[in-house]
Amino acid sequence: MATETTAAELGACVNENGGAIGMPQLCAEWIPNQIFWLLVTLVVIYLVLSRIALPRIGAVLAERKGTITNDIAAAEELKQKAVEAERAYNDALVSARTEAAKIVAAARAEIQKDLDAATAKADIEIAAKAAESEKTIAAIRDGAAEAISQVARDTAKELVAALGGSADAKSVTAAVTARLKG
Amino acid sequence: MATTGEEHAGGLQIHPMDQFIVKPLFGGDAIHWYTPTNVTLWMAIAILAMVALLVLSTRRRAIVPSRGQSVAEMFYGFIHNMVEEVAGHDALKFFPYIMTLFMFVFLSNILGLIPMSFTTTSHIAVTATLALLVFFTVTIVGFVRKGPGFLKMFWVSSAPLALRPILALIEVISYFVRPLSHSIRLGGNLMAGHAVIKVFAGFAGAMGVASVVPIAAIMGIYGLELLVASVQAYVFTILTCVYLRDAVGDAHH
Repeated sequence: MATETTAAELGACVNENGGAIGMPQLCAEWIPNQIFWLLVTLVVIYLVLSRIALPRIGAVLAERKGTITNDIAAAEELKQKAVEAERAYNDALVSARTEAAKIVAAARAEIQKDLDAATAKADIEIAAKAAESEKTIAAIRDGAAEAISQVARDTAKELVAALGGSADAKSVTAAVTARLKG
Repeated sequence: MATTGEEHAGGLQIHPMDQFIVKPLFGGDAIHWYTPTNVTLWMAIAILAMVALLVLSTRRRAIVPSRGQSVAEMFYGFIHNMVEEVAGHDALKFFPYIMTLFMFVFLSNILGLIPMSFTTTSHIAVTATLALLVFFTVTIVGFVRKGPGFLKMFWVSSAPLALRPILALIEVISYFVRPLSHSIRLGGNLMAGHAVIKVFAGFAGAMGVASVVPIAAIMGIYGLELLVASVQAYVFTILTCVYLRDAVGDAHH
């Protein structure tokens, strides 16, 4: 009897030891309680999600998407700029090279001109020096010929005197001159 | 099942169903609809877990997310994509509603795997309420959006005319069976897994040294139950999306 009253107090779903009778899932007494608290829970979760969590996460995701899109656009722009800078650099390099070649050619032409002028001047000087030397050589040659005829005359006079003859200067000179020419 | 345990009074004492008993939290015997019970406690814990997972972890609203925020974003993206792909773009209005169902079912399933915990989703009263919520939502939204045209989903226009009445009957029956299968699939899976673990735990208590075997089995089943907990939450949610498509999308299915 005692156990029966306990069971009655506990309800039809639990035995006197606190164990389950049959499937607790099918205990009709507990169902309103479960449904009530489930609905409370669902309403709380729904409110927290729809008011706080989901808008917040959605905003973060949208913001991130925007940031990524912007960053990619910025990167694209920077890449474009880099390409332009490279092109400008190459252009500058090419024009600098052309300029350098032009300067080198001009310098070469100038040097060539100076060189030509110097060469021409040197040629003239050389020619003048050569002419002068020619003259000096001719004078020396003339001097030498004169000296030779003088020496020849003197020698011939001395020889004639040594051989015991007496020679007049005139005939000796004529003879020597004839000899020298011959 | 518990009564079978009672019959072997001298031998094994296994009460696999005792874990599903609803108890008042603050003493007393009577359970009224408003009594705070272990159901209340574990649903409150599910709410706290949800707040920790989706609200506290996203407090910083970081562009480069922390680990917790990544998890929250993963849940958001997972359900958002599911609603959009399965139920259609028009159904995104119901995204918070479906997210609510998923987070509740998923967290209750996972929390139920904590030893000594109470699994709210193993009770048919809970899963049937969830399934009926979905059923009535789909039916009401369907009629509001399409009016009587919502009934066209029962009239398979691609079938031969002679077959259509029969198909319509089958379609109507399957439509009304939906909440039943929807709820029993979830509750049954959870209940069965937990009861099996409890039976093995009872063996482990009675077998002495040989109890390594049931303990190893429990470890294996526990892993399986983790999978079941996630998969059943996923299945419940994706079926909700499939049903919702009937109401908001094109009637073809």
